[in-house]
Amino acid sequence: MAAGKEIRTQIASIKNTQKITSAMEMVAASKMKKAQNRMEASRPYSEKITNVIGHLANAHPEFEHPYMKEVGELKRVGIIIISSDRGLCGGLNTNLFRNILKQVADYQAKGIEVDICTIGKKATSFFKNSGLTIKSVLTDLGDAPHFDDLLGTVKVMLDAYDNDEFQQLSVAYNRFANTMTQVPTTAQLIPMVASDAEGMDHRWDYIYEPDAEEALSALLVRYIEALVYQGLVENIACEQSSRMVAMKSATDNAGDMVDELEMVYNKARQAAITQEISEIVSGASAV
Amino acid sequence: MSMIQVDIVSATESLYSGEAKCVFAPGDSGELGIYPQHLPLLSTLRPGEVRVETESGIESIYVSGGIVEVQPTVVTIFSDTAIRAHDLDESKALEAKQRAEEEMANADTDHDITSTQAALAESMAQLQLISKMRGKKR
Repeated sequence: MAAGKEIRTQIASIKNTQKITSAMEMVAASKMKKAQNRMEASRPYSEKITNVIGHLANAHPEFEHPYMKEVGELKRVGIIIISSDRGLCGGLNTNLFRNILKQVADYQAKGIEVDICTIGKKATSFFKNSGLTIKSVLTDLGDAPHFDDLLGTVKVMLDAYDNDEFQQLSVAYNRFANTMTQVPTTAQLIPMVASDAEGMDHRWDYIYEPDAEEALSALLVRYIEALVYQGLVENIACEQSSRMVAMKSATDNAGDMVDELEMVYNKARQAAITQEISEIVSGASAV
Repeated sequence: MSMIQVDIVSATESLYSGEAKCVFAPGDSGELGIYPQHLPLLSTLRPGEVRVETESGIESIYVSGGIVEVQPTVVTIFSDTAIRAHDLDESKALEAKQRAEEEMANADTDHDITSTQAALAESMAQLQLISKMRGKKR
């Protein structure tokens, strides 16, 4: 019965793992709800500010802000990559990184260099060996990131854009479609992609206070920060839902393994008993 | 009397949304009083109080700076979540930069836990696939 004991310990250890994964599943499920609420709460801001930017594209500002101008030649691009701090969330980060690497390869094929900014530990450790220049890093944001945590990181990238270190800036994150689906997404931040909104053809412009440059800069910087923040909270919701799904399947798999091992264990036990009986019987008949 | 739609939002929540008779906001170059049919206006805001006059009374909301956009029938106020100072942003930016430099500096030397874990997960997945394929063959 040596094998029997081994199998029993194995079953016990798998059951322990199962307990952990099912606990993680439940934790992720409750965190997901909160993360989703936060995502919903930050939506009005980013939607409204996108609206204003839409108006602005239709207005004819006397002052043209650098973020709204099309640049000439594209030599370098910047990408802000948003990932999770922790692992055990299925293929969430890997899918995003693969998506980004593909884009980077496309850029490099065209002779365009790529600078990156990483948010989250996973992206930082993944990309630091990739040969791309990391401009800024932000980690340990926790489950409820504060808007202000982003300011410094985003500022580094905006400053670099202002200094013409790169001519395009995008943000890459996982978009939350629903609990089961997370979509790796890359959105261009600057220069702004002009959207031709409906109807307002006549020439008009805002009154700016204190002046056009200052008001526009303040608005555009906030717009970019809002988009990055929105990406961040969506990514957190994605992380939790993806972890929940991953842990659920881990728990199920552990259950299957336990069933299988129990079957093997019972068979071994039965075989041992049968053997013992037949030994006793044959021993008795010999006497 | 015509009304004006007022939305006050911050990055983390919607602070106010509703119809109003008029709105007062602390503009950077002076107090702004906004009535319906105001011309389009875009202004930065000082930290201060936004007052919304509605049919039922006056709502008062504190904003720590931000931006106001005025359209003839809609006013949108974007409130900052904290007081922003140029120096403060600057120091935060420096911090983020430094972290990046540190990470770049020890890029190749340490095989830290996370990258090892990633490699481990990858080979685990491969093994799983192999065993699955073997199971199918049998």
